[in-house]
Amino acid sequence: MAGTDFSRTMSEASTQHGFNRSRAWFARFHVDLILLLLLLLLTASGLLLLYSASGQEWGMVKRQAIHFAIGFVGLIIAAQIPPRIYQRLAPWGYTAGLIALVGVLVAGVGAKGAQRWLDLPGLPRFQPSELVKLALPLTVAWYMAKRPMPPKFFDLVKAMAIIAIPTVMILKQPDLGTSILVSTSGLLVLFFAGMSWRLIFSMIALVGASLPVMWLYVMRDYQKQRVLTLLDPESDPLGAGWNIIQSKTAIGSGGIEGKGFMQGTQSQLEFLPESHTDFIIAVLAEELGLIGVLALLTLYFLIIMRCLYLSVRCETLFGRLLSGSLAVTFFIYVFVNIGMVSGILPVVGVPLPLVSYGGTSVVSLLAAFGMLMSMSTHSKK
Amino acid sequence: MWEHSFRDKSAERSLFRSRAITLAIIIFLMLCGLGWRMVYLQIDLHEKYRDLSENNRIQLKPIAPNRGLIYDRNGVLLAENVPSYSLTLVPERVKDMEQTISYLDKLIGVSERHKEQFDKRRKYRRRPFEPVVLRHKLSEEEIAKVMVNRTYLPGVDVEAQLVRHYPQGESFAHVLGYVARINQKEQNRLDQDPDKKRQYSATRFIGKLGIEKRYEADLHGQVGYQKVETNARGRILQVIEQTDPIPGDDITLHLDTRLQQLAEQQLKGRRGALVAIEIASGGILSLYSNPSYDPNLFVTGISHKDYSALRDNPDLPLFDRTRRGQYPPASPLKPVLGLGMIDAGTTNWDEEIDDQGWYQLPNDERIYRDWKRKGHGMVDMEDAIVESCDTYFYDVAVRTGVDTLSPFLSQFGFGRDMTLDVNNALRGLLPSREWKRRKNRSFWYAGDTVNLGIGQGFMLATPIQLATATAVLANRGKWVTPRLIYAHNDELDEIPHPDIEDIQLKDPKNWDKMFKAMSKVITGTHGTARRLLNNLQYPIAGKTGTAQVVGIKQDEEYDSEALKERLRDHALFIAFAPVKNPAIAVAVVVENGESAGKTAGPIAQAIINEYLGGAEG
Repeated sequence: MAGTDFSRTMSEASTQHGFNRSRAWFARFHVDLILLLLLLLLTASGLLLLYSASGQEWGMVKRQAIHFAIGFVGLIIAAQIPPRIYQRLAPWGYTAGLIALVGVLVAGVGAKGAQRWLDLPGLPRFQPSELVKLALPLTVAWYMAKRPMPPKFFDLVKAMAIIAIPTVMILKQPDLGTSILVSTSGLLVLFFAGMSWRLIFSMIALVGASLPVMWLYVMRDYQKQRVLTLLDPESDPLGAGWNIIQSKTAIGSGGIEGKGFMQGTQSQLEFLPESHTDFIIAVLAEELGLIGVLALLTLYFLIIMRCLYLSVRCETLFGRLLSGSLAVTFFIYVFVNIGMVSGILPVVGVPLPLVSYGGTSVVSLLAAFGMLMSMSTHSKK
Repeated sequence: MWEHSFRDKSAERSLFRSRAITLAIIIFLMLCGLGWRMVYLQIDLHEKYRDLSENNRIQLKPIAPNRGLIYDRNGVLLAENVPSYSLTLVPERVKDMEQTISYLDKLIGVSERHKEQFDKRRKYRRRPFEPVVLRHKLSEEEIAKVMVNRTYLPGVDVEAQLVRHYPQGESFAHVLGYVARINQKEQNRLDQDPDKKRQYSATRFIGKLGIEKRYEADLHGQVGYQKVETNARGRILQVIEQTDPIPGDDITLHLDTRLQQLAEQQLKGRRGALVAIEIASGGILSLYSNPSYDPNLFVTGISHKDYSALRDNPDLPLFDRTRRGQYPPASPLKPVLGLGMIDAGTTNWDEEIDDQGWYQLPNDERIYRDWKRKGHGMVDMEDAIVESCDTYFYDVAVRTGVDTLSPFLSQFGFGRDMTLDVNNALRGLLPSREWKRRKNRSFWYAGDTVNLGIGQGFMLATPIQLATATAVLANRGKWVTPRLIYAHNDELDEIPHPDIEDIQLKDPKNWDKMFKAMSKVITGTHGTARRLLNNLQYPIAGKTGTAQVVGIKQDEEYDSEALKERLRDHALFIAFAPVKNPAIAVAVVVENGESAGKTAGPIAQAIINEYLGGAEG
């Protein structure tokens, strides 16, 4: 009862507002104007920051702008596709993702002892794990939406299996960071579906207990090294600790107001590694200071809150589960990246969403926002 | 049915909403956590990280000072700094080290030894992105070859640096010594003194021997600094501030290149040493040991082959005979001994002794032979000096006693290191009753005094000590400490010489009487160095000597033919000139030279003639 009231009052409130017409215009294209504006603001800031972080390299900024353009087109297209199509396609996408993952394990290419890329003739080189990032929450949402809520124990076990298969395969590449993110996006669906708190806490306890086992049997040496480096970066200041020491130095030296745009010595003089990709927030922190960082955190917070609000407004269970999961997954990216750069999480290769340089992640993230808009803007039938 | 379904839907919605709110709160808290972390880094730890980032950016780059030059007394350059081009690699920028080195090998040649040293240098005392030297002394052609192919050689560069060069080569090797790369031991010693550590922070070479070591502190100079902004790869983007290094002092030495080269020429093909001292100043005019070596080989690191050739040479070119060669002073000690005997009153200029060719201590069977089998007949002190009569000195020495002779010899610098700045010189050996008790734990026998009477037995002296004693003798007992240093940066060195008591004889006339006897060594009909008359340009006072290499057993004939060349006696000669007003004192040792009058004497005369001739002409 309360739920319907909530959505009704919201839609009534919006019709009473002055930008009724424009809102209607966007609604016809199934695009949420507020979210779109927030995303445009974020990507524009990202381009500006990239210009500084890349050492004033116009070529890189242009390529990233093209990525954004493709991503926004993808977003609009994804928003047009009605939820039921996604629902129908979900298991196929999942199956395709699994096949691609098998392909990676058999014939993947990559570097530093990890196979993550698939190089198929006629297709651009891509990471199948990116596909799974979208396909897995879709599939779990599809599966759970057909079940009564709150979910029964056996349904949860089956859903867990759906999550576990790609997770283990990504873990085998090996790519611990992505496998954790992928499984989390699936588990979030279960959380939104109403998995009981007792089960949630016992799962957390189980994960906690399995950590020592992971350390001993699953984690590779380089992964352990990253954790050890997090705990004591000074132990190897020129090797593994270099990145984290330099990024903390960049952040700390920025102070409250920063050294000024394009004036950061850590980033401009190349002391900061990966300054245009994973460590880009350190450039922001150095050049624009705490003020810049808090502004960015606020922007992310607004985007996530808007997404959660949209997910609550979805009419279908499938839509709610999927968009809730996508919103929180987006937050996890942000948290893991900033946590890693500021030295509270180990260094895993997670880019700062929509700010770090990189085509695949930009396009798939914006496409996910398109899906999210589709879920909340299409009426039930 | 519809009712039921509607209720379900609404329950689903409210369940979802409560979950979404829960997560929204968690997300908010976690973002606050990130914000708090940033506040901690950017406010609480701001100063620490600001300093760290400044240290990253700004580097204090030390600049090595130019080493002071070394000149001889006439301004001839003895040690200079010449630019040398080295091939350097920055390992961080070299993509494939093996491939790069093999390419360079094809281009300009890189030996196994170079690779070995390169690997060693890589591991030692190195900051990231600091270039490591692969090869020194590139020729113009090699530089061109590397520069042309630079695109294929990332991280490879040619670096210019100043390297010590000794233009006179072998002539001054022993006296100047050389500089070479600072080794680990020297580095550790420098590191112990914070000031030294700072001064040497950019210096690669240090004086290892001779003058280069003795005057290291003066020659080195003061380190300079450059405050530079660098990027992470160590490339200098701009110089913010610079303090220029202060070059080391230029040093002028008393050495005279003409005399030094003459000594080298004269001793050619021989093993020996020559020391010449200017009497008035105490300046060492020549300090030469033969054979010598090329000090330039050592500067940038001598090859194993070259080094073992020097080390294994039986003529010991690395051995500095002037400082480290200890020989029995033999007969050249007689003028000093004679003065001591007369001063002690145990003999006088008139006393004559009948020399039958041997001497025997009372109650002793042992026979001490004179070098002349049949003896010299009736000899007084002057004859004993001129003819180098051993029997005379055996007899008077025993009468005078070691307790008088030993302290007297000590006044002339025997058994002591008396030079101002000749580095690491040995003290020779001046025997005494006390010394023998301490060293051999036995008594001093009369026979020991017999041997001391002719400068043999236990007694040992270096060529420097012989020349010093000759200079003091020629200066009539007045001490002027022998020295190499003449001037620092064109300012004459007025180093107060150590307070050494001048030698006072009871009758100062004895000095000139001894000079007369010594001049008769050359001019007398029986003089042992009368051969020098042929070329006598200036009146010379001298004394010949032969030092036994092998002990000759009782009743055994000394037969030089039968002895191998290396077992022949060493020839010694001391001299000063002009006799009336001595200006130069010389001591020459020719190993296995046998007859001093034939070998060592003419060498000393050549030096004296050159010095006095040069001074007047």
